[in-house]
Amino acid sequence: MSDILPFLKSLINASGLSGHEFPVADLIQKQWSPLVDEISQSRLGSIHGLKKGSAKLSPRPLALIATHMDAIGLMVTRIVDGFLYITNIGGIDSRVLPGTPVTVHASGSGEELYGVIAMPPANLLPDGEGGGVVALKYLMVDTGLTPGEVVKRVHIGDRVSFGTEPLDMPGGTISGHTLDNRASVAALTLCLEELRSKSHLWDVMALASVREETSFGGAYTSTVQIRPTIAVAVDMTFGQGTGSSGYQTFPLGKGVTLGIGPSVHPFLYKRFKEVAERIEIPIADDLMPEYSSTDADAMQLVAEGIPTMVVSIPQRYMHTPVELVAIKDIQRAGRLLAEFIASLEADFIERIVWE
Amino acid sequence: MLSIGQSQIKLLEKLCNAMSVSGDEGEVRRIVLEEVKPYADEVKVDALGSVLVRRKGAGRKPLRVQVDAHMDEVGFMIVHDDDNGFYQFQVVGGIDERHLVGKQVIVGKDHAVGVIGAKPIHLTTYEERLYTIDVDAMRIDLGPEGKATVGDRATFATKFKRVGPSIMSKAIDDRIGVAILIDLLKHAPKHIELCLSFSVQEEIGLRGAKVAGYYFKPDLAIAVDSTPARDLPDYEGRENYTYNTKLGLGPAIYTAHAPIISDPRLVKFLEETAIKNKIPYQFRQPGGGGTNAGAIQEAHAGVPVVSVSVPHRYTHSPISVSRVDDWKNTLNLLLCALNDMTPALLKR
Repeated sequence: MSDILPFLKSLINASGLSGHEFPVADLIQKQWSPLVDEISQSRLGSIHGLKKGSAKLSPRPLALIATHMDAIGLMVTRIVDGFLYITNIGGIDSRVLPGTPVTVHASGSGEELYGVIAMPPANLLPDGEGGGVVALKYLMVDTGLTPGEVVKRVHIGDRVSFGTEPLDMPGGTISGHTLDNRASVAALTLCLEELRSKSHLWDVMALASVREETSFGGAYTSTVQIRPTIAVAVDMTFGQGTGSSGYQTFPLGKGVTLGIGPSVHPFLYKRFKEVAERIEIPIADDLMPEYSSTDADAMQLVAEGIPTMVVSIPQRYMHTPVELVAIKDIQRAGRLLAEFIASLEADFIERIVWE
Repeated sequence: MLSIGQSQIKLLEKLCNAMSVSGDEGEVRRIVLEEVKPYADEVKVDALGSVLVRRKGAGRKPLRVQVDAHMDEVGFMIVHDDDNGFYQFQVVGGIDERHLVGKQVIVGKDHAVGVIGAKPIHLTTYEERLYTIDVDAMRIDLGPEGKATVGDRATFATKFKRVGPSIMSKAIDDRIGVAILIDLLKHAPKHIELCLSFSVQEEIGLRGAKVAGYYFKPDLAIAVDSTPARDLPDYEGRENYTYNTKLGLGPAIYTAHAPIISDPRLVKFLEETAIKNKIPYQFRQPGGGGTNAGAIQEAHAGVPVVSVSVPHRYTHSPISVSRVDDWKNTLNLLLCALNDMTPALLKR
């Protein structure tokens, strides 16, 4: 298995907020091209990488593996004295923002500007707004440039990404922003690499989807276009860590999780579990009583319905600038996906018998 | 007039990226010792760890001037090992706890990377998000196999950046003062005895400077520090009249900061020096917040003191912002002042 860390770091450093995924999409397309037979981009910008199977069937059954490539972030709402007021793209707890380094994607000049999120002192805010948590609408980005230099470069609506550097931590973990869900893109890349030396009957469509964090709109529309036989969403799940414990959370570095709930087809779950046990990849059940909050929720409802599955990698501090993932779990997810695909018989779907 | 060149930027970068939490200033001390040795007549590390440097003056009894900058920064101490890479920590110095969650930190002598995590937004309630997170509930997470030792110091991991007219770093307060002192030593005028204190433990009660002032027994002293610029817009568009200082307006001269009144002769002299040399300057708005001038003024029978600061935004946070021009103008104002200084200054 190749060292995925350099590619993962380049993925994190490439911008790609929901609805503006082009930079990271280009990177993924380049990485996947030699690993697949056909590669294309959807109308909304998702990447489709098709690797053909060997079953002598027409049409061949197709497994869609979806990893969203978009990231949460911020957007400029107004500019006052060179300071940028901001709003959120996707779910962000404003308590993690003060003092965070950011990258401003300045559309006026095409530059990427470094900046920091400033928390104004209480006396510059409306009465009662500055003592405790300062709401997002009061926070600002300071680029270190003079007001005149800012207005020449930055426009309202420009995107602002987290600027935290991806850093290696002791014991094979990595810290950084947007590991949700670039870690899964890395896992799917490992899966494609592994499939080069494995025979598989089914066609495989690797999907790097757009707009998961805002609407699931990328995975939904790509699934309509591709019309897969089955679809698997690979995403992040909650890691046990500071402030996070209980049944929704999983230890880091101890394996991947398999979803259980209405977004998950029970026969796909069963097959994933069998494969994981056979190749000795530790797994845990991720309970999703209503929604999975992944692309699976949207893919399931395409056309006459698609059997879906959710595979997740535990991650601490989701949607903060310091998400934390164990590299080992990314490798496990990649291997499990490849082995699952290789295990699919040509008539896997026909053999399903509901009770 | 001196300008700020690449070598000075490089030195400030090295100083800023070092970890030097109050009480454990070894990393910055090593850099300072290396920089000052070629230019000093006497270099000594005192009982608390401050670096004290003397450059002798010409004549029988030259004016003895102490210039101080502090080497320490705010940060954290690891206080408990919770197992599995989680560590409880205590804050060292005045840090607003709202700047802590979601930040990368460096821990211990090897700068091991850790994070101060937060519960994912998905698992929080709206009500929960209305309250700040108590530092007692935070942990430094070094990853499942990460190891630190109780007593290790830690600080923000943010690296120094030069951006347009600005510099950004966790430790501009007061590495910019340290950098200025090193330049003053290199260009010190011959007629005064220049005593530099690169002092420790400023952020936890001006401790290093207190004993450094006693050691040097100067005729007068200048504390070179970095002071908050709260020059941000008011959300409702009202005039911001409590800005303390503003970026870009030059060195901030202190007239008073509780409980210290700057020596009026020194304040006037600095202002005249700035005007004469066409160096921009500003007066810091009188108010709270101390500098080492407060500790030095009470050495022996008393020392006339004044503080001069380079303004920065976002005090004691992961990233402060200063202007290179303010740095340059502060350096030049101090150098011009040292050049023009005579014993007559204190006889008025």
